[in-house]
Amino acid sequence: MKRLFAVVPLAVAVVLGGFFLWGLNPERDPSEIPSVLISQPAPEFDLPSVPGVDVPGLGRADLTDNPGPVVINVFASWCVPCKAEHAVLTRFVERYGLRLFGINYKDEPKDAATWLSDLGNPYARIGSDRSGRAGIEWGISGVPETFIVGRDGTVLYRYVGPIVGEEAVAKFTTALTQAGALDRELGS
Amino acid sequence: MIRALFLIIMLGLPGLANAVEPDEMLADPNLEARAREISRELRCVVCQNQDIDSSNAGVARDLRLLVRERLTAGDSDTEVIDFVRARYGDFVLFKPPFKPQTYALWIAPFALPAAAFVIGGILLWRARRRASVEDLSDEEEALVAEVLARHGRRDEK
Repeated sequence: MKRLFAVVPLAVAVVLGGFFLWGLNPERDPSEIPSVLISQPAPEFDLPSVPGVDVPGLGRADLTDNPGPVVINVFASWCVPCKAEHAVLTRFVERYGLRLFGINYKDEPKDAATWLSDLGNPYARIGSDRSGRAGIEWGISGVPETFIVGRDGTVLYRYVGPIVGEEAVAKFTTALTQAGALDRELGS
Repeated sequence: MIRALFLIIMLGLPGLANAVEPDEMLADPNLEARAREISRELRCVVCQNQDIDSSNAGVARDLRLLVRERLTAGDSDTEVIDFVRARYGDFVLFKPPFKPQTYALWIAPFALPAAAFVIGGILLWRARRRASVEDLSDEEEALVAEVLARHGRRDEK
């Protein structure tokens, strides 16, 4: 019994140490908000097109019955990181034939049109969410945010923040591969 | 006198700094009061440790408007909170719900001290029982009597 008590301090130290290791892990982001949408059907929304941009609007119905998974990117012309991310997304579309939809979040149509004509438009559809209500339906906390939605309309993945930099692109590419969104590239 | 007045005004000013802007407020004071109540229960997803009632973030404003819109549409307080929760998850609630994933969170603060008291109590009780005096055996009585007899005599004057 007494011998058993002798190992108690060691056991306490090991348990505490385990918690400290977990807490100090630089990979862990305590402010990360778990998304409730993952593995759930995509929310209902229906957005008109952006005036002055020649792609159609975006609604819930456009997410299903695509040849493969689609990517929905929430962006705005006033969002600076979006500009950096735009180049990454354009490369994905050009190289892998990714099907990319956009939600233009709380943006002036005029600004959005200028932004897209300056940088190019990789989006197949863009919905104009001027009030930000569709953003709430998607549970976003800011721009940019990117979702991967499966063929049946199920949300498979959510990326918060700009997909910029090696690490972020690698993470997103893995998610795309797992979702089967890059199959066409591998098949051809 | 002027300094005291100045102090009172300066201390009172922060109370006026309100995130809820006049154009957001509902005409019905009853509904508005309920909206404020609900807003204080909901966490702002951008500024995280602030409720949406006191946050100036854009999303917080949108959520405040949404809360008021649902209330005007005739939703109950719980329905409004469930509506937001369906989109942002339990994370937006300042009071986490009581369910299997949060049992540890809710029960641990009561269970851990209780366990500590029980274990500590048992240990103390056992230690005290061991320390309690038992009667001397016959041999020990005889030994004590002999020692006392020998030394007792010398102590007397």
